[in-house]
Amino acid sequence: MFAIERYQKAESVAQAVGMLAADPFARAIAGGTDVLVRLRDGHLDYANLVDIHALSELTGISLEDGALSVGAGTTFTALMESPLVTAHAPLLAQAAARVAGPQIRNVATVGGNLCNGSVCADSAPPLLVLEALLEFAGPEGTRRAPLRGFHLGPGKVALGRAEILTAIRVPVAPGRDFGAAYEKYAMRRAMDITTIGCAAAVRFDGQAVAELRLAYSVAAPLPVRCPAAEAAAMGQPFTMATLEAVARAVEADVTPRTSWRASKEFRMHIIREMARRVITQAAARAGRSPA
Amino acid sequence: MILQCTVNGQAIRREVEPGLSLLDALREWGFTGTKQGCGVGECGACTVLLDGVPTNACLTLAVWAEGKAVRTIEGEAASGTLSPVQQAYLEAGAVQCGFCTPGLVMTTTAFVEKHRGRAPEAPEISREAIRTAHAGHLCRCTGYDTIVTAVELALGKSVSPETREGDVLRPGGKAATSCPHSKD
Repeated sequence: MFAIERYQKAESVAQAVGMLAADPFARAIAGGTDVLVRLRDGHLDYANLVDIHALSELTGISLEDGALSVGAGTTFTALMESPLVTAHAPLLAQAAARVAGPQIRNVATVGGNLCNGSVCADSAPPLLVLEALLEFAGPEGTRRAPLRGFHLGPGKVALGRAEILTAIRVPVAPGRDFGAAYEKYAMRRAMDITTIGCAAAVRFDGQAVAELRLAYSVAAPLPVRCPAAEAAAMGQPFTMATLEAVARAVEADVTPRTSWRASKEFRMHIIREMARRVITQAAARAGRSPA
Repeated sequence: MILQCTVNGQAIRREVEPGLSLLDALREWGFTGTKQGCGVGECGACTVLLDGVPTNACLTLAVWAEGKAVRTIEGEAASGTLSPVQQAYLEAGAVQCGFCTPGLVMTTTAFVEKHRGRAPEAPEISREAIRTAHAGHLCRCTGYDTIVTAVELALGKSVSPETREGDVLRPGGKAATSCPHSKD
């Protein structure tokens, strides 16, 4: 038995918001693959649940106004199998395929992956380089905010107590001069927590890098974009030398720590190497290779 | 709260607490073929099919099965005859202690149903793809290779003698078609 003291099933987002607003101890549960593990571990902060599991208002992927809108309740399997995601944001399908294993992916949601504030969330670096916009429903109505700035620290996000993340909007990739990729470095190829996750998106102007976006998980107390590394590539020709400059500059953007999974020195090595490999992979998707 | 669902085609209507996991519910109702290995979704021993979708029952609230069709290992050997997937596990020598087997068989059953009719050389059913689809399962006994072979057999792929372990086939090439523990 899970130590659930109070359980309320929400039939709609509006009802869920009302239930959260009315009870200061209530927390939302969607896929349950993090919340139920926390409960089993004895953390009673989730003993009081508002159930939004499989709520149809929160699932659904659509294309509107040049952006892909992904319901926060979309499972990782649904992301992988969505023709819209494959066509317009294949990076998300690539990242989704690296989460845990099939059974978990069948129920775990991209919204939950963001809202639990996990530093190693596989959905965070890809959504950061895609410059995702988050949509929320709360007691005061709806609001939107960029994903960048949503994470505040390990396990902490800028989500109001009675708010529900409803959707994630991603601008559609602008065509042939744009490529993005995600790699997850972990000890195993499945069922493992990320040691370092890296996402890169590159926009080209001819053979020069018009814009680089680089993001990491587990390289800092929250998932981060890398302004120094990105600046090192801006306007530069796409060459091995530029990749090296990025790999050197990224040290200023990250603060990896030593844990049982990997030492800080090893993480820094992985961070640099992944910058080279993931940017190269992203560029290949735009038909470019480093000179 | 009242939960109504089906388990292996049989209608179930029971009073459940919100905190009851589907794993604990199934085992309480006598479906003890579904095992608890880790209780936190990391081993796959508790895998059941929920409306055909492989799911860790240990991380599923029983109330989430409302209105759904649950399939457990008990539903697979109908009237004492092993399902083709179970038969394939037998022929490939993919069962040792058997603890991980019910969960694996459920995942394989869904996988085989999903890929029915695919050409044997299709990348979606390569050994690599089989490993990826079954990556949510841990087995401490077999080393996984015989399990992958079992899935290939279940898919109807012909498997070369080199990929089989030992003499798992009886002379003549076909193993028994009834459960070896039955009395006949």
